[in-house]
Amino acid sequence: MSDMVGIVIVSHSKDIAKGTADMVRQMVGSEVKVAFCGGNPDGGLGTSVAGIIEAIDAAWSAKGVAILVDLGGAETNSEMAVEMLEPARRDHVVVCNAPIVEGAVMAATEAAGGSSLDQVRAVAEELSAG
Amino acid sequence: MDMDMLETSKTNGEAFTGTVRLIHAVGMHARPAVKLTKLAKRFQAHVAIRVEGAADWINAKSVAKVMALRAAHGSMIEIKALGEDAQAAVTALVDLVAADFPEAGH
Repeated sequence: MSDMVGIVIVSHSKDIAKGTADMVRQMVGSEVKVAFCGGNPDGGLGTSVAGIIEAIDAAWSAKGVAILVDLGGAETNSEMAVEMLEPARRDHVVVCNAPIVEGAVMAATEAAGGSSLDQVRAVAEELSAG
Repeated sequence: MDMDMLETSKTNGEAFTGTVRLIHAVGMHARPAVKLTKLAKRFQAHVAIRVEGAADWINAKSVAKVMALRAAHGSMIEIKALGEDAQAAVTALVDLVAADFPEAGH
């Protein structure tokens, strides 16, 4: 059984993050690991570096992890989370420049076929390429 | 399944083609597109699809392109594969579409 790239969804809203993860599981299936995080500890909007690292751990795969984000802070906090990983894992995590819902579904579809992290990211980012 | 709904044929070399009617109520929307792409990826062969008569073939392993196909309910989908397992790929994809994208497509 080949390993598959894991998917992490980071939104300012926990509901959006969870809903996106639900869409991935229902549309693509449960063979790809999907983790999500969103909202601040008080239940408001926001993202946290610690939460993102936990999600990366939950979705971890030897093939790497692709992160899908929504707005500004989700991206900068995700990049910070990646920076804080130990060097051996850091190179196996990428933040995709793609719309969060569509990107997550397409990245997971690509991951399910056993593709590499680079391929998964390229497919997610195809959407932004126009 | 109706036999007039599909046909597969060997055209030349290792290339196989098949045609199947899209019976899905709302056409080729996101969920069927994901299923078709995932199935296509299980084969080594190059697999392309198009709405019958369309100018361009698109890569059946690209979920973004398959979703963008916007094939309508009732349209005929052409499937073409080239490579060692091309025949199996065309047969499997024709079956998937003809069976209206059943769950548990493993």
